[in-house]
Amino acid sequence: MRRAWGRLARNRPAMAALATLLAVALACLVGPALTGHDPARIYPDLVRTAPSFRPHPRPDSIAPAVERLAFRMRVAPEAIRVEGDTLHLVLSAPRPIDERVLSYLPRSDLFGPATIVAREAQGRRLTVEAPLRRLSFPLGTDVLGRDLLSRSLVAGRVSLLIGLVATGVAMGIGVLYGAVAGYRGGRVDAAMMRLVDVLYALPFVFFVIMLLVFFRAGIGLILVAIGAVEWLDMARIVRAQTLSLRHRDFVRAAEALGLSTVAILRRHILPNTLGPVTVAATLLVPRVILLESFLSFLGLGVQEPATSWGALIAEGSRALESAPWMLAAPAGFLVATLVALNVLGDGLADALDPRLSEAR
Amino acid sequence: MIGFVLRRLLQAIPTLFVVVTLSFFLIRLAPGGPFDLERPLPPAAMANLARVYGLDQPLVVQYGRYLAALLTGDFGPSFSFRDLTVAELFARGLPVSITLGALALGLALVLGIGLGALAAFRRGGAIDRLVGLTAGLTLAVPTFVVAPLLQIVFGLSLRWLPVGSWEGGAPAHLVLPVVTLALPQVGALARLTRASLAEVLAAQPVRTQRAMGLPPHRIARHALRGALLPVVAILGPTAASLLTGSVLVETIFGLPGIGRYFIDGALNRDYTLVMGTVVLVALFVIVLNIVADLLSGLIDPRLRISR
Repeated sequence: MRRAWGRLARNRPAMAALATLLAVALACLVGPALTGHDPARIYPDLVRTAPSFRPHPRPDSIAPAVERLAFRMRVAPEAIRVEGDTLHLVLSAPRPIDERVLSYLPRSDLFGPATIVAREAQGRRLTVEAPLRRLSFPLGTDVLGRDLLSRSLVAGRVSLLIGLVATGVAMGIGVLYGAVAGYRGGRVDAAMMRLVDVLYALPFVFFVIMLLVFFRAGIGLILVAIGAVEWLDMARIVRAQTLSLRHRDFVRAAEALGLSTVAILRRHILPNTLGPVTVAATLLVPRVILLESFLSFLGLGVQEPATSWGALIAEGSRALESAPWMLAAPAGFLVATLVALNVLGDGLADALDPRLSEAR
Repeated sequence: MIGFVLRRLLQAIPTLFVVVTLSFFLIRLAPGGPFDLERPLPPAAMANLARVYGLDQPLVVQYGRYLAALLTGDFGPSFSFRDLTVAELFARGLPVSITLGALALGLALVLGIGLGALAAFRRGGAIDRLVGLTAGLTLAVPTFVVAPLLQIVFGLSLRWLPVGSWEGGAPAHLVLPVVTLALPQVGALARLTRASLAEVLAAQPVRTQRAMGLPPHRIARHALRGALLPVVAILGPTAASLLTGSVLVETIFGLPGIGRYFIDGALNRDYTLVMGTVVLVALFVIVLNIVADLLSGLIDPRLRISR
């Protein structure tokens, strides 16, 4: 095991993949708290902003924004001027201005709460100051004006969670099933593997789609559905391993010593299947994530307000012409994760069984 | 050989039985029915409809009837397309899906085996690395990302190709869907071909042939034949994933194929259409697996004896 780890550590692509995965996982876990935006917060004035580190509002968009707001406040703006992070302007109207209209300014996502510096002409002219809100969206905003970075990270939590948990479910069922079939052997094995063969030929994705359409989709159901589909490979791998272990001397010795079947499986068989199972599990996670994205893309997976990379990609592909970054952000995360998992899986397979890698 | 095919078909019966049973009861357990409308029909009309379609019978009776009809090749009437039977819908949708799937499979085989062989013969070189990278990318970038990208580049920006619809299978309308459907399989096939060809090229017989001075293209032909075995072996699963992919591709490109009928049928609770599609897909997968096994036997005579 330690030698395998050493081989893996020398495999540069695999280590890069591992680092990428850890970075993505960490970003999804703590990132949403650090972006400065609530993923569900809608900025109506900042819809479909392109990705950029420069903060909003931009100098050239301040005057039009102020004029739009002033129209709603029924006042005329004059002397719009920006100094540092503060907006200075003079509002005038034919009648005395109701000062409550100033609350329009902070409501606009662009400016902070306004303060009145001076009142002139019996309140028909107000000199006003308001701080600029300095909002930046490194990955842009979506069609509703939500920060895409925060949303992608929160979606990543769901995608990764489903990937890990569904793989866990599949692994649990598959390992147990395969170990029992392989260890029992004979008729039990034949019957159990016949069932696997039958299930193997089922068009499973179609069943998953049916399940999700008919019974309101939710994360729990997706987990169960995907987990229930993907355990077959695992069962085959573990069975093959167990069959080859069953007649080895240490297993016979354990039998001769009178250990119970459960104890033999747990103590002698399962630990020895760990290598292939780890590889299979690593390669299963991207498949599960992809399947979940596929379902979410069709609108059958994760439902609003929760979101996943697949759901975000679906939104992005609908807004592709007007806001291509809406596809780029979640697709970038998804593809990076999938590539990293595949590379890591291949690296693990090489590290655990170096004989195989010579053919590659 | 006929015996082999017959035996395999017999083995497929339990699978088909499970497919029919599972989908039948899954659908019936689900809430909602095919005749639920925004404004509910009067109870008398509902009862009439239920009687016409046999939905008033106990579930087991319905199941028995459906099974019996299916054995005679009758998929029953469609619930959402009122004037059509499921078989008639298949007659419309199948040509679309089969054209799409066959072209994609052909493209994937040609490109995948070609690229994989190229990489294996030039192992370690720039071409090898390029093919490896391309294969990795086509495998990791999901269809539903590739499709919109192709649409925007070739459809909306360059205006070379239409972004969707079928139009009787006009070649221009086929290009983008077929390419989208084929791409992930290209990657998978290229990897597989490269790995197995590399193994064959390193094996004893090839070394002997080299030593005997056989020209390289003759060696390549022998080696490729041996290396194709694993490729043929995964033809069944490949076809199955093409079928799954066509659900997505037909939805994205707006093509009237079986996959679209399936999704629409599921959304409309069209019991017979959904069950029919699943049975049809299962049949396809089974038949293609048998064909793949027969092809393996053609390539490698040892497999013929062992069964």
